[in-house]
Amino acid sequence: MNIVVLVKQVPDSGAARALDASDYTVERASANNVINEMDEYAIEEALKIKEEHGGEVTILTMGPASATEAIRKALSMGPDKAVHVQDDALHGSCAVTTSKVLAAALGTLDADLVLCGSESTDGRVQVMPHMLAERLGIAALTGARKLTVDGAQLTAERQTDEGYEVVTAATPAIVSVWDTINEPRYPSFKGIMAAKKKPVQTLALADLGVAAGEVGAAGSTSQVLEFAPRPERTAGQKVTDEGDGGTQLVAYLATEKFV
Amino acid sequence: MAEVLVVVEAGVKKVTLEMLTIARGLGSVSAVVFGEADSAKLPEYGAEKVYVASGDDIDGYLVAPKAAVLASLVREKQPAAVLLASTQEGKEIAGRLAVKLDNGLLTDAIAVDADGTATQAIFAGSATVTAKVTRGLPIVTIRPNSVTPSSAPASGTVEQLTVAVSDADKLTKVVERVAEKKGSRPELTEASVVVSGGRGVASADNFKLVEELADLLGGAVGASRAAVDSGFYPHQFQVGQTGKTVSPQLYVALGISGAIQHRAGMQTSKTIVAVNKDPEAPIFELADYGVVGDLFKVVPQAADEIRKRK
Repeated sequence: MNIVVLVKQVPDSGAARALDASDYTVERASANNVINEMDEYAIEEALKIKEEHGGEVTILTMGPASATEAIRKALSMGPDKAVHVQDDALHGSCAVTTSKVLAAALGTLDADLVLCGSESTDGRVQVMPHMLAERLGIAALTGARKLTVDGAQLTAERQTDEGYEVVTAATPAIVSVWDTINEPRYPSFKGIMAAKKKPVQTLALADLGVAAGEVGAAGSTSQVLEFAPRPERTAGQKVTDEGDGGTQLVAYLATEKFV
Repeated sequence: MAEVLVVVEAGVKKVTLEMLTIARGLGSVSAVVFGEADSAKLPEYGAEKVYVASGDDIDGYLVAPKAAVLASLVREKQPAAVLLASTQEGKEIAGRLAVKLDNGLLTDAIAVDADGTATQAIFAGSATVTAKVTRGLPIVTIRPNSVTPSSAPASGTVEQLTVAVSDADKLTKVVERVAEKKGSRPELTEASVVVSGGRGVASADNFKLVEELADLLGGAVGASRAAVDSGFYPHQFQVGQTGKTVSPQLYVALGISGAIQHRAGMQTSKTIVAVNKDPEAPIFELADYGVVGDLFKVVPQAADEIRKRK
């Protein structure tokens, strides 16, 4: 099975994040940029499917030159190769235009199965798999906490607020996964060394037949007008339980009219 | 006045009434109901029209048929805006709709101005932006607990839509829907009160304590990632970076240290209360009221006290 995994480089969600004051894009220069955590689960799922059914795993990333770090990290887990869509004109692309570029790149890869995380930790928009399915005319099985591959037939448990839905489709398809689906492997030393030699193909917009004016800030379908950090919360009252902590807690809740 | 479409994709919920309330500021409100839903409340909150699209083509396949029906309705009615809930499915429908119409979209909005400019909470509530759609009409998803719903009775004329869905939108079948939720607690993202347990709760069995306090406060139960990863509580109740974002009136954190990943999912709550045995736990930095103590002593006592006051 020919599997492509979408990988995004994002600013570390465990640290403070900001938008660039000049153009309101995600501030990357000062951030600790990492592989989007949820994507590691997609990579793990791809590797497990390959181990069971054979095939090839390709990483697909759209991002600036520095995204190479995330690609090498992804490859160190075990995928075979990577494609890096990189073009200065892409800076500032919205989700709609990003889906246009990724769909064009996927068009060159002939995947049976595309895997990705359910959301990125920066945008948390959750729209990309369905946008890509819409553009490519393939099935989307999103929010999977379990995936079963039986020949060309895919069955997923899609997590919902109420429980889950069992959804099925035939390949080619795109599947997004939650972090409950597996436990990603740690890259081995051998894996890290091997990743340095794995092929990474760089594609520019011209290679994909997408015009520069259709993407980036120029082609974006939405625009940020203002950005303001939220005021930090401050600590309130703190009491130490000396036998009546629960009663005191309820007394506070009562003054706030919650009880 | 142009119509504003409010998409009701999974029954009428609190966020639906919030969307109707916001939509009234944008134009004449038309609800679009997918599947069977008790739509009695829609006119009460301002729906002049209620479009209904139902049948096996809507229920039997994932997301795409709803987007297809919505896209043809948008082409026909040329609405001023389309509002959807910022739930997984609401966002997915919005994504497909945006591609079909080659149109912009904005997600996780907490307010929408009359001109379609949206205020969004980003980076897990640590910042806000205002943004607008620059191509096409505003397609905006609204985060639950953004506004207080207010009623404004309207006619609510029901119109059944013709569902014409092509095979290309029927690629993913829904073969089974399984409900795992127990009891009658409010939905996590919509609840006014959320009581969450963390690693300190120490076992799945002990989550009964969290549930008990939640029930006494009429709230939903949440869990930190540490608690979910340890198997104490199911993932759909996880609050934080890789789970749900909540913004209730009251958030109670029990045995949760308050790692930045957890704070990401709850820091826009109005009032935050924490119980933790570690006085240095970061959760106390943002708690309006904190109790340093053993939750297994503090919580049962609090539960008894609430029962006494009732």
